[in-house]
Amino acid sequence: MKDMAPDSPLLRVEGLGIGFGARRGRIALRITEGVSFDIARGERVGLVGESGCGKTITGLSLMRLLPGNARIEGRILLDGEDLAKASPPRMRKIRGKRIAMIFQEPMSALDPVFTIGAQIGEALTLHETVTRAECRERVVEMLAAVGIPAPEKRHDEYPHQLSGGMRQRAMIAMALICKPELIVADEPTTALDVTIQAQIMDLLRDLSERTGTALLFITHDLGVVAETCTRMITMYAGQVVEDAPVDAALTRPRHPYTSGLLRSLPQLNRARGEFAFIAGRVPSPAAMPAGCRFRSRCELAGPGCEAPQTLERVEEGRLARCHRAPDLDLPGAVA
Amino acid sequence: MLNQVQRRMLMRRVLQAIPVLILATFSVFMLLKMLPGDVAITLAGENATQERIEEIRTLYGLDRPLLVQYGDWVWGAVQGDLSKSLLSGEAVSDTLARVFPNTLFIVAYAILLAVLAGVPLGVLAASRAGGWADKLVMVFSSVGVALPNFWLAMIFVGAFALNRQWFPATGFTPASEDFGAAVWQATLPAVALAASGMAEVARQLRSSLVEVLESQHFRTLHAKGLSPRAILWKHGLRNVSVNLLTVISLLVNRTLAATVVVEVVFAIPGIGATIVDATLRRDFPVVQGVVLAMVVTVIVVNLIADMLYSVLDPRIAQR
Repeated sequence: MKDMAPDSPLLRVEGLGIGFGARRGRIALRITEGVSFDIARGERVGLVGESGCGKTITGLSLMRLLPGNARIEGRILLDGEDLAKASPPRMRKIRGKRIAMIFQEPMSALDPVFTIGAQIGEALTLHETVTRAECRERVVEMLAAVGIPAPEKRHDEYPHQLSGGMRQRAMIAMALICKPELIVADEPTTALDVTIQAQIMDLLRDLSERTGTALLFITHDLGVVAETCTRMITMYAGQVVEDAPVDAALTRPRHPYTSGLLRSLPQLNRARGEFAFIAGRVPSPAAMPAGCRFRSRCELAGPGCEAPQTLERVEEGRLARCHRAPDLDLPGAVA
Repeated sequence: MLNQVQRRMLMRRVLQAIPVLILATFSVFMLLKMLPGDVAITLAGENATQERIEEIRTLYGLDRPLLVQYGDWVWGAVQGDLSKSLLSGEAVSDTLARVFPNTLFIVAYAILLAVLAGVPLGVLAASRAGGWADKLVMVFSSVGVALPNFWLAMIFVGAFALNRQWFPATGFTPASEDFGAAVWQATLPAVALAASGMAEVARQLRSSLVEVLESQHFRTLHAKGLSPRAILWKHGLRNVSVNLLTVISLLVNRTLAATVVVEVVFAIPGIGATIVDATLRRDFPVVQGVVLAMVVTVIVVNLIADMLYSVLDPRIAQR
């Protein structure tokens, strides 16, 4: 596959709009609008933003896992095939096989009445023809690969017999068992202890490097993105506002919102009680302002911001949705 | 096969069953004695003198205080002697051995029908929750729950036994003698008993399935690439199997009680018909024997259900 089209991205999202409550073909409540980004093979991309910015729903839409009343506009191209128009049977061939997903809560994301091994093996037998013995062997191998001790024993245990970290490792094993080209990880460490979080992130980065699987990290934890990803996409109010290499985005953000996010990170060398934050609230999807959506909360808002903003190239490999981006010198995270 | 936790649970349940058995038989005994009428009058025959009736009372120990009579019965029952029918003289244990399998056969048949029809209906309704198929199933099952089964039984006799003669109106061949005939004869009563059970199974299954299908781990199943059908039948049913088991075990208890009237309608020699007959004639050893058999059955069914819970849901076995 890699030889066929070396230059084309693995995944290309173009003008993705997701909404609910369609009536007569029109979307009543728009959650995201015009979301576009690429993910190259083996690339690790962080998708960041506040709760409600549309990052989770964007991740779910890539696998067409949205609720039945959701509507999608735009294109989701996986190796050139538009998943937004794929039939349900076609989607089932892609889910778990070419794109896999890791969810936030490992306890509630696993079926409590089936063994770990049965649940992972189910994904394997669904997409590949394997004998029972082969299936067991591959699952045990994969459990070992994600760092689960005594994999033979864990294979036959139920989710409630595993700790939170072990369950998330099992989820990762399930996602990786068919060697997917892309893994969408939605806040994979939020529900875990801090020490376990670091282990899981290391594991994911490691596996991605070793297997060449691309990763899309959906998170609000910028620290995770800094350590794991190569590129960072910032979303605000249903739009992509910045798309840049991770180091550049963190040290020299080009959108006021990204800068605000970075400055609101708690830092040890800052005086107590001195928490920077972004004033105001995210506009509701039902009442999106015309023009720049961040305008009402932006310290730098001025003339020209009342016009709708487009995602423009600011410099090589960097995009920002702000007409002032080329002139701004914004503070990032203290390195 | 049983682990230590299960063995301990079994022991505890057996001990708990003793007060239940005593309470059930004692209250039935007292109720029976409170009824007007006396078995001694029946036994003495027509135009018997008062002396003759008194004589029979003394002979059968009916003149003793009630607690002594009950204690006497319990003492016998503990030793495995359920005493004899006052009227026919047949040992109560023989009567039970003769009629109880017939009742169990009909109950099992009815439960089987209720599950075989109720499960697909419940799954259908849950998979199309909110749609017209769901609404239709729910209306249908509301009617099923509301209809009294003895009334259904009488309608069935009229329609399919008397009018069309597809099935016999009365009578029964024990399954041990002729299985085919037993199935044929038990069909109408079993259907009459199963109607409300089927409706109950469908309703309960639908509501628990709808709930579980919304849960997080079902999204994981979709993310794996499983088809909606596999998700519903494999993971859905397995996830609600505990609820289904509860419904079925309650259904067994209720159906057992409901056979009392339905057996009378179809003139089937089961425990239902036996207890009705014995009660009308104040033949208290028979009544006590039947009550004992029913209570034991209910206790055993609940015990089996409790044991199965830990098989169906691994989280229960841990506790």
